[in-house]
Parts: sequence; C-alpha cells; structure tokens
Amino acid sequence: MEFDWLSLMALAASTVRVVAPLILAALAGLFAERSGIVDIGLEGKMLGAAFAAAATAAVTGSAWLGLGAGMVVSILLSMVHGLASITYNGNQVVSGMALNILVAGLAPTLGNAWFHQGGQTPQLVGEARFGVIVLPGAQTIGQIPVIGPIYQYVISGHNILVYVAAAAVPLVWWVVYRTRFGLRLRAAGENPHALDTAGVSVTWVRYRALIITGLLCGIAGAYLSTAHNAGFVRDMTAGKGYLALAALVFGKWRPLPTLLACLLFAFADALQIRLQGVVLPVVGQVPVQFIQALPYILTVLLLAGFVGRAIAPKASGIPFVKDR
Amino acid sequence: MKSAPGDIPRWVDYLLVPLVNLGVALLLTGVVVIAIGASPIEALQSLVYGAVGYPEAIGFTLYYATNFILTGLAVAVAFHAGLFNIGGEGQAYIGGLGVGLVCLAIDGWPAVLVVPVAVIAAALFGAAWGFIPGYLQARRGSHIVITTIMFNFIASALMTWLLVDVLIQPGQQAPRSRDFAGSVWLPYFHDLLRPLGIDIGRPPLNVASLLAILACVFVWLFIWHTRWGYEIRTVGHSERAARYAGISRIRAIVLAMLVSGALAGLVGVNDILGVHHYLLVGWTGGVGFVGIAVALMGRNHPVGIAMAALLFGALYQGGSEIAFDIPEITREMVIVIQGLVILFCGALENMFKPQIVAMFRRRKVAEAV
Repeated sequence: MEFDWLSLMALAASTVRVVAPLILAALAGLFAERSGIVDIGLEGKMLGAAFAAAATAAVTGSAWLGLGAGMVVSILLSMVHGLASITYNGNQVVSGMALNILVAGLAPTLGNAWFHQGGQTPQLVGEARFGVIVLPGAQTIGQIPVIGPIYQYVISGHNILVYVAAAAVPLVWWVVYRTRFGLRLRAAGENPHALDTAGVSVTWVRYRALIITGLLCGIAGAYLSTAHNAGFVRDMTAGKGYLALAALVFGKWRPLPTLLACLLFAFADALQIRLQGVVLPVVGQVPVQFIQALPYILTVLLLAGFVGRAIAPKASGIPFVKDR
Repeated sequence: MKSAPGDIPRWVDYLLVPLVNLGVALLLTGVVVIAIGASPIEALQSLVYGAVGYPEAIGFTLYYATNFILTGLAVAVAFHAGLFNIGGEGQAYIGGLGVGLVCLAIDGWPAVLVVPVAVIAAALFGAAWGFIPGYLQARRGSHIVITTIMFNFIASALMTWLLVDVLIQPGQQAPRSRDFAGSVWLPYFHDLLRPLGIDIGRPPLNVASLLAILACVFVWLFIWHTRWGYEIRTVGHSERAARYAGISRIRAIVLAMLVSGALAGLVGVNDILGVHHYLLVGWTGGVGFVGIAVALMGRNHPVGIAMAALLFGALYQGGSEIAFDIPEITREMVIVIQGLVILFCGALENMFKPQIVAMFRRRKVAEAV
C-alpha cells in the first residue's frame, strides 16, 4: 500500500463517514451526562432509531420521514430512561443496559414480522436514502494541487447528515457554554441542589437534556441505516454507542475534545481496514484486532489516570432527591 | 419515605415484588406478540413445551441455567460491594481462554489432573479480567461500569487475535483451535444416564452444572458467613461506615471483583470443556448480560439467582422452540423479555414496589388495631 496524497484523502474521507454517527452519539451522551444522568443506552437508542428510520423509509420511500421516525423512537426510548432514572430514582446503568438489550431484541423481532427478511429491512433505494451531496465547484477546485483534493474528497461528497453532525459540534458547544439552559444543564450535573435552591426544576432540566440526547441519537441511528448503509441489519450499531461513550470520557465531557477523540477513534477504524495484511516498517504487521481494541485500551488508561485525568460531572449517576 | 426492610413480610419483598415485575414484563411481551400478529397463548404453550415438555428440552434448559447461575452470581457478588460489573461477558470469554490454554497444553495428561487445573484456570483467568477494573476502581477511581464495558471489547479483540493468528488449528480457515483430547471432555449427563437405561436425547447438559450448584453454596457462605463477605456488604452499603469500622475499601472492592470475575470465568468450563471441546470466537453470546437480569430478578441471593436462572434457561430453550413453531416469532423474542425484565426488576423497581409495600403495611396496622 502506498501512502500517496490521494489515498490519504480517501482515508480521511472514510474517517469522516465513520466519525459522523460517533460524534452525534457522543454529543447525545454529553447532554445526558452533563445533566447528571449516566446513559449507557446510547447504543440501544441508535439501534432503535436505525431500525425505525430504515423501516419507515422502506415503507414511505422517504429518507426524511425515516429520519423523523428514528428521532421519535429514540426520544421515546430516552424518555423511558428518564422515567426510570429521574422520576423513579432507579439505577441509571441498569436502565441503560435494559434499553440496549430490549432494542437488540425488539428491532429484529419486529423487522422479521414486518418484512420477512430475517430481521433486516428491505434494501433502500433512491429517495429512501440520503444521497451524496457534491458541493459546488468540487470538480474544478479538485484540480488545485494539494488542497484541491481536500475539498473534493474530504469536505465535499458526503450526505446531508454528515454536515448536520459537523454543525452539531459548535452548536452544542454554544448551547452548553453560552446559553442559560446550558448553565442550568451543567449545574444539574455538578450541583443539582444549588440549581434547586435557585428555583429551577432539576427534573425538567434533566428531562430536556434527555430529549436532546434522544434527538441526537436518533440522527445518528438514521445515519447508519439510511445514509451510510442502505437498510437495517441486526446489531448494525456494533458497539458504536459504547465507542461514543468512550470518546465522551476521552473528551472529558467537553464538545471539542470529544470531537477530537471521535476523530481519533474513527481514524483508527478507517486505518485498520487498510492495514489488514500490510507489513509496516519497524513494527512489522500490526494485528488489526490491536487497532480495533486501541480506543478501548486508551479510554481505560485515561480513566486510570495514566494519560491525563477524566473527571465525570460530579452528580452524574446520582438520583436527585429534593431536600425537605 | 424509605421503608425499613423488616416492615413488610419477607415473601412480599423477595417473591411478590419480583413476580409482579416479571408479570408486567411478560404482559408487555404479550403485547409485542400480538403486535406482530401471533397468538400469545400459542406462543406461551410452545414456550413451556419447548422448555420443559420433554427430557431433552429439560436438559437444554438446565444447561442454559448453568451458565446463567454463574454469571448471575458474578453480577450479584459485585452488586453486594456496590459495584455494577457489566464485564461478565468478557470475564467468561477469558475464563474460556484459561480452560483452552490448559487443555491445549496438557490434554495428554490424565483427566483427573487436567480437569481440576482447567477449572482453576477458568476461575483465575476470569478473576484476572475482573481484577483490573476492580483495582482501577478501588485505587484510581476509574468508573467500573465504563472500564468493564471496555474490557468486554478488549477481551473480544484479544480472543479474535489469538484464534486468528496464534491458536488457530494448522491448515484450518475457521478461527478455532484444535479439538482437545477426548479424555478431558466433561461427561454429558445423557452419557451418564444411558447405562441406567434412561434416554434423555442429547442435550449439552454436562457435569459442570454441579459446579454451578457448588458456586451457589459458595457465594451464600462467602457473602453471609465470612468476614470477607461482611466487609464487602459493608462497603456496598456505606463506604463511610466501612471506613469508620476500619474495613479496607480497596480490599473489599478488589476481592469482590476477583470473586465476581472467577464466577463468570467458570462459564468457560461449562461451554468450552463441557460442550465445544475446542476454543472458538464469540461463544459467549450475551451470557454475561443475562446474568444482569438474573441477578436483579434473584435479588442478589443465590436461591433467587438459581430460580431466576432456571426461568431464563427455560426462556432461552423455549424461545428456540417458539421460533421453530411460529414463523412470526424469532429467537430474539427472548432478548425482548430479558430487556423488559431488567427494566422492570431493575431500573423501574420503584414503580410498583411502593404500592405493594403500602398495601401490606396498611394491612399490618389494621391487624394490630
């Protein structure tokens, strides 16, 4: 394998395609965890949304309706999580796990009953799928040496949801750090009693955070089944929800570092496909499994405090019980 | 308002509440069955027949229950220390590796020697995989939920690498090791019963199930009748109280995760030494996650866990029968039930419990008057 400029561009482009659902899910987790709700159910919400989006798109022929359905299902799942962890003060980890398992069973069950294709949805074609958008002048600008291909291959030529994901990062940063809701969100995660004393409902802040979590996971799920792929297959999230969680921890619950973590993980993923069977200088042949495990190993090392320090929002995971 | 444990009859707390939650979970499953156009009554009949209707089915049910008892106990021991061990899946996987390495190395030796060593290796390997997250939690404050999730993925990558590149049977394409020598295979119950004239078909039930029963007794003794168990429970209830009592929080957490990982690792004995007889990829198939449901339903007590494991064993075995009988329903239906049980017995346990508790407390007052 040669590392010329164009193959590097191809690598960057596939990184972008992998990073889009990852960052959406990680930002979804950011809202939940910053509000004080631990959410390991990102995986389940994405999977549920992926199924709902593909099923709706297959029936109606519209990718946009699919996206809507995906978001609705994901928000509903998020509300079940809210019911358990906010209203009934239940164990948030257990709730997230329950939703992951429930969706892993429910999606193929319904898929099999509705489409009779062994739990998959029919192949999506045409309008039922988000197509590739070629930005203006991609061909022309692409002729410019060095930077031209960056525009033509890395920035242009993705589906709309990739650009949504890209826009979500600064938007989330602005909401979390520059709005009143963002301040309350962070307060709910760090010191909910102070928020309560100020006369703000912790419950309502946390529910709103979970609605946003559901919304973002919904887009991420719809991306997987109606943009990146052409239909739903069982377990198509394949641990991306957990990887997003790892990225969130790695990014220390901040939007921009989380994006960097997602980019790192996505790059590792794009790279391992290309490195299969390749003998590198010095290290020789790297087992692809090692690169696959790298994000998880790095996250454990980070959590252990060997590379930096990851400190979660102080009140995350603790049900808020109002003082009497 | 919080109720003291002594307030209500124990059978309400340990039997009625889980049963109500299970009932709600099953009711919702029935709704799903109706939604996909099948008959819930037929499904239930098929499930019960498939789970306990004939000797081979019972054998399969007990085989599944064996794994679920072990992972359920693993989750429960960690729960007693206030830890949520989601890593049962990875610990079981690595426990299987321990069994496999021992067998691949010394399966030419007499079985009386190899089998105990393999069992110990399963426990040690599982314990090691539980130890790292436990140690990091205790010493470095790394959240055990995240680290055990990460360790599941790391275990999966490690095993794939080992089986694809290192332990693969020479000349084979599939990622699997060579077969172990037949002498070290654990005996199947159907082989043991045949000389007695009893034919139960060919279920994968093997003598490792006895190990699961022993594990139940062990956990009961360990958690409630040893000083270590006492320390673990104290730390689980209140770290501050534990510190005040001079109990080492670090030791309790690490010990709980060692025992938890060892129990999950023993699943490798049942599946690798008892059924597959070679190492392969992905054999755990979610057994660690079933353990969460089993521990929650069984209220973290070995007796409850054994009962919940039998129930889930029956669901898993019956689930394949349903998939066979009713084309609309697939095996994944069981996973739906599993998810709903975790949701209602675990996350939403406070939804119905206060009402049930109130019902019984009121009656008690009325009796007193």
